[in-house]
Amino acid sequence: MTAVPQKADLEARLAALSRSQGNLDPKDLVEVIESIMTTMEGDVTSVNVRFYSEIEALARYIHETKAEIASLRPDEITDTHLPTATDELEAVVGATEKATEQIFEAVEKIEELTAGMDEEVSAKIVEAVTMVYEACSFQDITGQRITKVVNALKHIEAKVEALLQAFGSELKREPGQAPATPPELVDQRPDGDLMNGPQMPEDAQSQDDIDALLASLD
Amino acid sequence: MSTVDKNMPILIVDDYKTMLRIIRNLLKQLGFNNVDEATDGSAALQKMRDRSYGLVISDWNMEPMSGLQLLQEVRADAQLQEVPFIMVTAESKSENVVAAKQAGVTNYIVKPFNAATLKTKLTTAIGEF
Repeated sequence: MTAVPQKADLEARLAALSRSQGNLDPKDLVEVIESIMTTMEGDVTSVNVRFYSEIEALARYIHETKAEIASLRPDEITDTHLPTATDELEAVVGATEKATEQIFEAVEKIEELTAGMDEEVSAKIVEAVTMVYEACSFQDITGQRITKVVNALKHIEAKVEALLQAFGSELKREPGQAPATPPELVDQRPDGDLMNGPQMPEDAQSQDDIDALLASLD
Repeated sequence: MSTVDKNMPILIVDDYKTMLRIIRNLLKQLGFNNVDEATDGSAALQKMRDRSYGLVISDWNMEPMSGLQLLQEVRADAQLQEVPFIMVTAESKSENVVAAKQAGVTNYIVKPFNAATLKTKLTTAIGEF
């Protein structure tokens, strides 16, 4: 077999491969293969066939990898899951900080009252109040730990976003695509869609709002 | 007899309001009521240049300026370098303690801590009270 009919055959097969695989440019591949072939001497038929086979396998592998990554729905990870997790954790920090402030308000008042008390009783109360102060350092420690987790999540988000950018629009959600959430993670209870946990502060309704809503339903 | 002036200004530095309040309250129990607060190293440094403090109690992990940076700035400043400086931090690795010591820290308290520890370190830093 000579190189000329091989080239025509190769171009035809690459064109077919391009149609089936999408954005594969056969001209580019032919140029690469030709440049390799020109460095060889004599009959390269078997080498040619092996190269072609390798390239075809490589294209198939890339296509399958893209499909597998797309099925993981990285867009959903960056658009929904990670921002939600980050918001929830930041809300935890905010809630514990608020609760700690309320504890402080209460024990500081108790400590002030000890001024007029019997010395022995006062000392015992101050001792207990001190223990409360010490225990409140949990908020600082947990806050720092949660901040570390939030930063790690943001780092992951950035990496996934970079992956999405690298692969382009091929990994974006297609209309009608099945949700990536595995069935075992979907709440199967009849009222599962009503159980979303505590609301974020900006979305939460006050007790007055709830009371008004209830009254409107009477 | 106490040689410590309990009315001396003390600066506490932490980016968590909770910890500022804990330290303020514990200092109050020990008789120190003249306490100022800052939430990072740069704000603390500015306060130190505006007012003379007898003691600084600082967190490490803060932005934009950390407690270690603050300590280094303080020790490099001829007007401030003698101020006792206690680091109160969750950073408990040996390399942290070594770095703080090399920067000139007076004492080092690991969070979470108790009132007795604070009192002990204060005594070491500023004397019996």
